[in-house]
Order: sequence, then C-alpha cells, then structure tokens
Amino acid sequence: MEMFYRTNNTASTIAIADIPVVEYEALYNDLKERMTDSRYHVAHYFATEVEAGLKFYMILLDDQTGEVLVTSFVPDYYAEGLASLTAVHQQFHPFEREIFELYAVPFDGHPWLKPLRFPFDRRDKESTMDSYPFYAMEGEELHEVNVGPIHAGIIEPGAFRFICDGEQVLHLEIALGYQHRGVESEMLRNDNRLRQTLIAESIAGDTAVGHTTAFAELVEKLAGVNVGDDLKRERLVAIELERVAMHLADTGALATDIGFQLYQVACEALRTVTINTTQAWCGNRFGKSVIRPCGSNFPLTEAKIATIRTNMADVRRRYNEVREDILESQTLLARFEQCGLVSKQEMEHIGGVGQAARASGLKRDIRATHPSGFYAGEFGHTPVLRNDGDVMSRLATRMDEVLQSIDYIERVLKDYKPSEHIAAPDYNAPLMPNALSFSLVEGWRGEICHVALTNAEGAIAKYKVKDPSVHNWLGLAIAVRTEGISDFPINNKSFNLSYCGHDL
Amino acid sequence: MLVKLLNTLLMVVVALSITGVIHRTRAVLAGRRGTRFLQHIYNVNLLLRKGAVYSTTTTILFRIAPCVYLGAALMAFLFIPIANLEPLLSFHGDIILVAYLLAFSRFALILAAMDTGSSFEGMGAAREALYGALVEPALMMGLATLALFCGDSSFAEIFSEGQVLDVNLTVVLLLVAYIFVMIMFIEGGRVPVDDPKTHLELTMIHEVMCLDYSGIDLAMIQIAGWLKNSIFAVIAANAVSAVLCFHWEFAAPLAVLGAGISVGVVESLRARNKLSRNTTYILTISALSALVLLVGFLLMQDIKI
Repeated sequence: MEMFYRTNNTASTIAIADIPVVEYEALYNDLKERMTDSRYHVAHYFATEVEAGLKFYMILLDDQTGEVLVTSFVPDYYAEGLASLTAVHQQFHPFEREIFELYAVPFDGHPWLKPLRFPFDRRDKESTMDSYPFYAMEGEELHEVNVGPIHAGIIEPGAFRFICDGEQVLHLEIALGYQHRGVESEMLRNDNRLRQTLIAESIAGDTAVGHTTAFAELVEKLAGVNVGDDLKRERLVAIELERVAMHLADTGALATDIGFQLYQVACEALRTVTINTTQAWCGNRFGKSVIRPCGSNFPLTEAKIATIRTNMADVRRRYNEVREDILESQTLLARFEQCGLVSKQEMEHIGGVGQAARASGLKRDIRATHPSGFYAGEFGHTPVLRNDGDVMSRLATRMDEVLQSIDYIERVLKDYKPSEHIAAPDYNAPLMPNALSFSLVEGWRGEICHVALTNAEGAIAKYKVKDPSVHNWLGLAIAVRTEGISDFPINNKSFNLSYCGHDL
Repeated sequence: MLVKLLNTLLMVVVALSITGVIHRTRAVLAGRRGTRFLQHIYNVNLLLRKGAVYSTTTTILFRIAPCVYLGAALMAFLFIPIANLEPLLSFHGDIILVAYLLAFSRFALILAAMDTGSSFEGMGAAREALYGALVEPALMMGLATLALFCGDSSFAEIFSEGQVLDVNLTVVLLLVAYIFVMIMFIEGGRVPVDDPKTHLELTMIHEVMCLDYSGIDLAMIQIAGWLKNSIFAVIAANAVSAVLCFHWEFAAPLAVLGAGISVGVVESLRARNKLSRNTTYILTISALSALVLLVGFLLMQDIKI
C-alpha cells in the first residue's frame, strides 16, 4: 500500500478520504529509513480528535522533487503508547511534545518529553511551569544562570537556563510557553473569515505578511479560487518588503549588541524607510491589512509602484555600502566569525529551516523547493547559501537576502502596469467540506506552514499553525554550547526567533 | 590656597564635562543632534531626589557600598593637580594611596554585587575583579614612570612647575598619556572592554554590578564614575602638557576634550571585544607600561650611544 498521498504546494485541497490511513508501525519503520535522507523534513505533525479517538496527520516535505507527502494514522484506542520518532530523528521533538501535552499520548523512548507550551502536564498535574524540569548538571565548578522569563526591555517571555563553567556555556535550555493566546482555538471560535484573517495577521507581529499569506493561500485552496497573477505579484512584493525590513532591523540589532553605533544607526534609518514604504502602500508599517483572501483592499497604483521602486533603489544603494563596510570591519568580524557554530549536520538533525538553516549550508527555502504564488513557474529563485554556520554567516545570509529581495521587487514591478483585475477580498467563499488544506510560505524567518481541516459543513474544524521558530529554537541552544555566556545575545539576535510564533 | 581651590574647582568642571563631550561626540557621529550638554547632570540630579529601593536579600554591606565607592573616589580625586596648579591634598607617596583608594572603591562595589546573590551580579563582580587585577600593573607602572622622571612620589611634586623635563622623554611621556587614557577606558567601563549603553545583562561588567541600585545610591555610583574618569583624564592631559605647554589653561580643556572625544569616537566606530579577548587586551596595556617604564629608566641613566 502507498504510504503517502503525494501532492505539491500549488495543487488544490486534498479530500480527507484520499489521505491514506496507515499502520503506525509501518510508518515508523518507513520514516526511520526515509528521514535519514536530508531531502526530507517534517513540516507538520499533529493529532486531532475523531470518533475513534485520535487521528494523527503528518506532512513531510521533499526538497528534491518539491513533493509534499501527507499521511495519517489512527492508533488503537487502547494502545499503550507509540514508539517515539524523536528517539531516531530529533526533528520530531516539538511535534511529539505538543501531542503529548495536548492528548497525553505517551511516546516511548522520547528523550526529552517536557512540556512545549503549557504550564502543566496532563498526566501529572503537580508539574507546572514553576517546577519546569530543567536539565541539571552536577559539579563543583559549575553554576547555573537563569535569564527570564521576564526580560529587560520590551521582549516577550521565555526562560533561558544556562549551565556554565565560568564564562563558558556547557548547556542552554530554553523554556517557552509563557503566553497562551489560544491562536488555534480562536481560529475555530466562529467562522467569520475576516476575523480569522485578523487572527492570522497577529500570530507573530513581525511576520504579519508571512502568516497572513499562508492563511490566504490556504483558504483560497479550500475555496477553489485561483487568484490571478497580478495579485500573486503584489503578494510577492509585500512579503519581500517584510523580509527586507526585518533583515535590516536584525543587522542593526546585531551591531547594537556589540556596541557598534555606526552600523546600528545606519540600519535603523534604512529600516524606517522600508517600513514607511509599506505604510505608504497599505497604511500599516508592518504590512497588516495588505494581504486578504481572494483579493486585496490595496491594489498597487502607478504612484505607489513608483514610491516602492525609488525607495527600494535608495535602500539598496545605501545598504550595500553598509554591507561592504561590515564585511571589512575587523572588530565586527572578530566578534561574529567562528562564534555560535551550528554545523549542517546538526541543522539537518533538528530539522532547521529558513535563513538560519541556509547559513549552515542547508538549502531549505520554500520559494525554491515548494514554490507557490508568483514564485512558482518561471520565477526561478536561487537561495542564498553560506556554509560556515556561525553568527557571521547568519548575518551574511541576511545581508545578501536583503539585496536579493530588493532585486526581486524591482524585477516584478519594473514593467508592471497596475491591474484592474484585482478583486476585493472575499470573506464568504464556500470551502470544500471534509478536506485537508495546507499552505507553505517562506517568511523572512523560514518556512511557515498552516494546515486546516474542514468538517462536513465546509467550516474549518481544525487549524494548526507552525512558525519556523518551532524548528529553530533548538538551533540556538546548540549554537551557544561551548561559547562564552556573553556571546549569547549575539547568537540569539543572529537567529532572532519568535516567542509568540512558538507559543501561539 | 587660592590655587588649591582653583584646582579643585577645575577638577569638578572637568569631571562634569567629560560625559557631556562623550555624549555629544557619539550623537554627532551617529548623525543625531543629541541631548543637552548637561543632560547627564540633570539625570543624576533627578536620581538624587529619589529614594532607594532595596532587595530583601541584601545586607548592610549593600547599603554602605555606594558611600564607600563615592568616598574613596572623591578622596583620590582631591590628590590630583591640573598641570601647574596644586591639589587640595598632598603628601609624599600619595600616588600609592590614590592607586589603592581606587582599588578599594572597586572592592566595595564587588562586595555589594555579591551581596545581592544574583547570578548576573556575581558574574559581573568576577569580571570586574579579574580586569581590575589585570589593569593594576599598568596603573602602577604608569605612575612609577612619572615618579621616576620627577624623582618624587606625590602628584603635586610630579606635576609641579619646577619640573622641566628633558626633551628626550617626550615620546615616553606621550606613551604614558596613552596608557592613562586606556586605563580610563577600562576603569570607566567603556568600549572596547565594556559597553555602558548595553541592556544585555549577560555581557555587562560594570553596569551589571549596579543593577540593583536605584535613586540616590545609583546617583552616587554615577558621580564616582565621573570622578574616576576625570582622575585618569587629567593625569593623561598633564603628561601631554608636560611635553607641549605645562599650564592649566592648556591641560584642563585637553583633559575634557581628549578624554571625551576619544571615548566617543571609539564607541561609534568599533565593536566591543569578545569578553575572552579582554584579558589579552588589558595585559597588552600592562606590557606597554612595563616597556615604557624600562625605556624611561634607560633614558634617565643618560646612556650615550
């Protein structure tokens, strides 16, 4: 029997009946072999309640062929537990932990079965966030440093527990899950599509465009609406503008953390130009309201296209100067090079995605491997790759991607005449019943994956969100091992992962 | 007496102005207009009018440390002459007292940081103790070089009008000035060793030790910081003016501008050291001062080649 339903990121929705329901043991054996090949990684793995108990869905991506492999299984209600996939392939760890804490499914042999998001354990109500089982090491010379969950400055909550030998970090454990906004359940509270769009927009404030694009593409697939090229083109501009703005902000933030004022102020100025360009387009600096399902409220006009093109040309010229300076600045290179190394192999193990994975030489980029929207077809995106896997190469990928994104914006807007064909958003399009739909979007951090299941009435019955941070937080913990504890901030900034995207 | 008062007054002006010059230099280099020149004084004035909050885990040690820190710095401050002026206090061998007063003030703050029981402050205290120990040889040998040239061991005598130095010593004196500017960078917690602007506790050295202080205690620590900066800035400026023009009208502005602009420029145009590189960096300064002392000694022997 075929183990997977094979599809791709542009194909339409899958009827739930078409997804094979396999035996867990067979799937386990298949994955044990299959996942050793780094062309595969897990995009989503979750459980949902059905009459027979729980039904598990898994979505794997094949980077080589661009296929998306979907499968499901329904374990026996009285089964004692499932053999843990994390024990053989670490990249499953956040997904199994989530299933464990939501449904108390024990995974046999899971090496790190700790809460992912919730302050307590369903099996052991005594276990709360306050008694989070941090990893401990014994030793006269060792000391523990706890940072957070409340931090200095306006960032979100998350506890970082370091075990140090003097200044050197031996182990870092990151405990997240202090925010419980209930994003996934809010999505189901009522079927008002506009409300759902706004929730998607607020999943992670710095990835508003990315997550809304994922939601919009997912809904369009479920509704069977094929939006035109013009809308796809404008969405590309929006998401690339977001990428430019965030990478610029992070370049500046990295300079701030090493006390380098010159690059900090230069990048802050450029970021302001970029987000103000987005504001000139849609009225919001972070691109909220620019993406809507099946249409747009803010089609580009001649004047707006001209503004975007001039501003971006200006940003490109100025940023390139900063970039060339950075690449020659000894004091900066002395801090960033050979610091926070994550090898390609480690990135493969943890299932790293996005810009952080590309900085370690792992070519994971949805725009290239599973393109959708305007990236599909002839567009031909070549991911920026660096092989060193240190802070500098994470910065360098950011810097190169800024220039690449600006070039893309220029390329798609150069001969673009504002379209009359862009419809107003449609919040009432009927969705296909009993279907599974997913969308994959390369946000600035990496692969965003949204999955929805519809019920017999065509309403969304299950909504799952995955921010790239879910994969990459472990990468940060690996990066700081054996580094000086004072280099943690630059490592953290070089990943710049989302707390709320993880916590939901 | 009038000379002594003028000296003290000028020292106070120098101490209050350096921070203003640093801020202004940074602002100009960042393309900003910057805050008022005296903003740091307004800020401290605000802190002085506030009460302090104390953690319940701290003891009396934590409360008296700021007074000790400020008191020791102030004491040392009164021994420093500006070029040809006379300091308020002076006796033979006061350079040793000044060095140890500065060490004592550091010791008080380190104890207070450990007293809080916070892991951050413990780390900061450990770093401060290490760097303090490493920079001390540089300070001692720098002072020794000056004492050697002038044949006396009090600041007043070293920098007194009667001292007319051999032109041979010009380079050595300029290097001594450089060493004292570097010591100011390290003691003042400035880039490249420390970064006073950072908000990241894990990377802080001096700032993290003051995290638990508020109100009047924090104000005292900041004032002591200004005083310490001015001590090193003035010694450096004196060494330079001994070469160029030994007069307070030259030395006082030189101390303010030299210290303020050099700190501002360095903080704008370079990154901080990796923390593990700081030890090498500070030891290099100490090595340089050992070299300067040796060269100075040889020059004083009047060896003709």
